[in-house]
Parts: sequence; structure tokens; C-alpha cells
Amino acid sequence: MRHSSLKKKSAVIFQGFSPRAAIFAIAFLAALAMFAPIIAGDRPIAMYCDGEVFFPTFSDSISDEKIDELKSKGAWLVMPPIPYSPSSFDFEAVLSPPSKRHILGTDGDGVDVASKLVWGARVSMSVGIVAVGIAIALGCIFGAIAGYFGGIVDWAVSRLIEAVMCFPAFFLILTILAFVGPSIYNIMIAVGLTGWTQVARLVRAEGMRIRELPFIDAARASGASDLRIMLRHLLPHTLRPVIVSASFAMGGAILAEAALSFLGFGVPPSVASWGSMLSDAQRYSGFGWWLTLAPGSAIFIAVMAYHSIGERISESGGRDA
Amino acid sequence: MTIISVRNLTTQFSTDEGEVRAVNDLSFDLSRGETLCIVGESGCGKSVMAMSIMRLIGRPGRIVSGEVLFGSGGSSVDLLKLDESDMRKIRGKKIAMIFQEPMTSLNPVYTIGNQIGEALSLHENIRGATLRRRVIQMLDMVGMPAPERRADEYPHQLSGGMRQRAMIAMALSCTPDILIADEPTTALDVTIQAQILDLMRKLQSELGMSMILVTHDLGIVAEMADRVHVMYAGRFVEKGNTEEIFGSAMHPYTQGLLRSIPPLKKAPPDSRLPTIPGMIPSLIDMPAGCAFADRCEKVHNDCRGRDVPDDPCGVGRLVRCFYASQK
Repeated sequence: MRHSSLKKKSAVIFQGFSPRAAIFAIAFLAALAMFAPIIAGDRPIAMYCDGEVFFPTFSDSISDEKIDELKSKGAWLVMPPIPYSPSSFDFEAVLSPPSKRHILGTDGDGVDVASKLVWGARVSMSVGIVAVGIAIALGCIFGAIAGYFGGIVDWAVSRLIEAVMCFPAFFLILTILAFVGPSIYNIMIAVGLTGWTQVARLVRAEGMRIRELPFIDAARASGASDLRIMLRHLLPHTLRPVIVSASFAMGGAILAEAALSFLGFGVPPSVASWGSMLSDAQRYSGFGWWLTLAPGSAIFIAVMAYHSIGERISESGGRDA
Repeated sequence: MTIISVRNLTTQFSTDEGEVRAVNDLSFDLSRGETLCIVGESGCGKSVMAMSIMRLIGRPGRIVSGEVLFGSGGSSVDLLKLDESDMRKIRGKKIAMIFQEPMTSLNPVYTIGNQIGEALSLHENIRGATLRRRVIQMLDMVGMPAPERRADEYPHQLSGGMRQRAMIAMALSCTPDILIADEPTTALDVTIQAQILDLMRKLQSELGMSMILVTHDLGIVAEMADRVHVMYAGRFVEKGNTEEIFGSAMHPYTQGLLRSIPPLKKAPPDSRLPTIPGMIPSLIDMPAGCAFADRCEKVHNDCRGRDVPDDPCGVGRLVRCFYASQK
């Protein structure tokens, strides 16, 4: 009763993207990240001059002088759809609102916001994937060991999990970064090292259920070792909760990177990231709405999309086994 | 020629209420090619015994004493003293096991071909096309229709009988010396039961295996057994060959079990099928004396309080009763 009335009520408020929209959003952002060099950049993708074809985007050996020389010869060329690099300054259009020339405007240094947004997707997507990858690997290892062996091993691993969990994750990450120095790789590792506990607890709980099932005994009776049983017979059954938690964690990792970059612990200033864009936008918060809108929306869409997918998988989850 | 000899095997479980002695001082021998049936009602420790021989007892259970001598003559080894990696080489290769539940004893995420190949790839180190050929050969041997197609199917696509055939193929893939079958047909319906038993008997004679068949079904015992050991509350109460058990049972428990089989000849119209009154006693901190005393119709005062030796009446085989008689 209570459940159905809750459901009815919550139908009014925004519940996240539909699965299709969420997958589309993630695919879109992933495509932006993957194809950033040909979507946004100030070097032509292809040039054609006197029967020769050049690909300046993909070849650093073609210098800017050479490009200018070719241009003056009247070369035929294809520019990226956003013809600005995230590190080139347009001094004629500093802090310009969205216009035909800069579709999402420019920031205080005259850098094109759309270009930064596209390159920032690279940082966010890769932080999400690598950090969650680390978290899942660690979580599966610790969770499977604790759940499969039980007893004193389980006790030890569970205390370790609690020890890591009892620190507020964000401050633990800040502390780690304070020691090792801010960089994109350190963020990935720090977020991964603090995020594995949730996965470990899920895998542990599933593992304790699975290890009592007869096919585990059957595998042992045919001579399989503990390691083999864990990898081959136990972990595949924990996949569903791991996938659900991974997609939530992906959103969390993107958010963590944005927050860290916002606080200045993230990527160096030369690299564009959604968090550092928001941080820069603070200085112009009185009027530069386009500076916060673009990265803010991107973060919202990415996190919400991962969240919606996780929600959807966990809702669909009856146990099949 | 004895292939496995179990001596004074005792397995206990630690519970909050106390120590539960699920298997109590069991001894038996099994010869090459022989079928030994272990009979008893639910909870008497049959499965624990089977798992103890394979050393698959997990916490809170442990084997507290005894020997499991595997092999013949001077080359026998005590399985309980082997280290875990040597024991793994025995499991599946020398001693294989079939479980009660064909529905859940197969891993639902792998094809049956994949699972039958597991023991082969573990013990005989074969891979790829050779492995697949052996798997299909095994499936064919256990009478699986269309083995090449079935090898690529998942457990949920097979019927109960086919799954049990797959389990048998899995167990026999490395041609073990001993097959321990723990109620292999309990979860199957009667016609499939008969097919599976026929299959097991046929494969046993083809491969020259010994078999320990754990069951509570006396029909299966009569069909399959060379020798029968009747188990009650963790101990053997009567041992004998099949004729002795079915023809001249001496222990009141065995007699009670046999009486509870519906007779084929016409029974008087309003007669009831005899049963053994009561339940198997709790195995926690068992008092000395006959465990069956509380349910026994021939019970005497001196049945309690003193341990019953193997053959107090001098029958010539194990009959653990002070008042053993044919009637």
C-alpha cells in the first residue's frame, strides 16, 4: 500500500531519464570525449593543396607556420565544427555571451566555452571509467575473499571496509591529493581507493549467499581450487549488484572530479575540465551565466544519466539464479 | 580387493547448543566394482558421511577422528591427512560425486559442455577441440540426445533427467575409481529414476567403478546394492549383503524400515501401512546407549545407559542391538 502510494506521488517529480535517453546521453558524451580532436580544435582536420592531402589534427609534424603557408597558397581545408582549441585565446571576444562566432560564448581569457566543454568531457568520462574500474577491481577482490572464506577472513576484511568507510570519502580524497599532489591520475586513483567499499560489501553479501549453493560444492567435488571457484563460479553471480553500483559510482566519480577541480585540487589550469570551468566561472558569476550553464548542465546530464541507468537496472532486478 | 577403507570416521558440528556428532565412529570397506548402499532416514548423517570422505565439510563442521584409506595394499593413502592441493587431485579424478539436486548443482551461468569440461581441463589438462570432443563423447555415453547441441545449452534449458545425466557425465568425465552418489534420483520422477539407475549400473560395469550409493529409498537399494549398511543417528546399526538385509533383517530399525514399504500383495481393506513412531533424536550431546531405544518396540530397560557393541548377539555381522532377532 505504502509502496504504491509512494510511487504514485513520485510520478509527479522528475525521476531521471528514461533508459533510452540515459544511454543516448552517455553515448553522446563518450563520443564527444573520444572524438574531441576532430570536434573542437584550431587546426584543420584535413587540407588539400597541389595534389597533396595533410591531416594537421593528427600530425604534430605539420607546424602552424606550414598551415599558414598552405592557407596562403589557397589550400582547400576542413575545419572542426568548433574551430577553437581549449587553449587558444580570442582577444577580440573576451567574455562574449553565446553568439554565432562562439556558440556557447567565451570565458574571461577569450577561450571558447564549447571547445572547453568538449575537451572537459574527456577528463570527466575517463575519471569515471578509471576510478570506477579501480573501485570495482578492489571491491570484487576483497568482497569475494570475505564472502567466500567467511570466518576470521571475513571479520578482518569487514573491519578494513569499515575503517575505510568511516572516513568521509571526500575529505579522505582531499588528504590523499594533498600528499601526492593534484593531477588527473591521482584523482582517479584516490576516488577508486575510497570507492571500493560499497562494491566489496555487495559482493561479500552475494558471495555468502552463493557459496552455500550446491553447484559450489559440485565444483569443489570435481577438484576446483578456491581461487578458481571464486573467479569462475562466485563472481559471475555477483555481477548484477556490481553493475548497479558501478553506474551509481560512475556518476559519483564524475561529481567528485568536478568538485575537486572546482576547489583547485584537480586538473592543472592548462587542462579543461567541467569542474575547473565552474571554478573559473565564479569570478564572473554576476553576469556570465553562460559560463556556469554549460559545464553545470554537462555535469548534471552525465551524473543523472548514469544514475538513471543504475536505478533502472536495480529496479529490473529479480533474482534469476 | 579393497579400494577404500573408512575407519572410525567421526564428524562433528559445533552449534550454540553443543557439539552435534553427525557421523559417529563409522567404519566400512568398499571393494573394486562393488556397490555399497548407505540407507537411513533424513538427518541420519548419510550426506555428511559422503561429504566427509571427499573432505568437503565446511565450518562449523569438522572431521574429528578416523582414517579414510584410499587405494589398495601398501600404496594406500589416508585422505584425511593429505594436504589440500593433493586432495584436489583426488576429487573429480579418483573419487567423484553426484549430488541430490540436479536443478541447483549445475552453475546456471555456464553451458553444460563448459561444466563437464571443467574436471577434464583441471585434471587432464586438455583444451580446445580435444576437450570438446571428449565432452560430447561423455554426453553421448550418458545417453543425452543430440549431445553436440546440448553441450552448448545452459542448465535451465534441460529437463531434470537431462540435468542429472549431465551431472553424471561431469562426475564420470575423468573415469574415477569411486563414484559417490548422494540420493541421485530423489529429485526425479519415477520413470526417469529408473532410466538414471539403469544408466549408472551400465556405466559402472563398463568403467569398473566402485559406487557408494546414499539413499533412503529401499527400492533403489534392492535394485542396485551388493551390500547394504543401515544408518541411524550417525552410526551404522546393521550391515549385511542385500539378501541378508531384505531376507533376514536383525535390527528392529531395519525391520521397521522394511515393514513400511507398501506390500505388493493385496492388503486387508482397512489396514494401515506400518510406520516407525517418533522422530530421529536430536544429535546434540547424545546419551550413552542405543539411539533407537525411544522408538523401538522391543526396547528393554537395559538398552539405555550402556554403549551397544558391534554385534552383541553374535550374529556374525554388525547388528547393533542387544535383542537382535529375526522376528
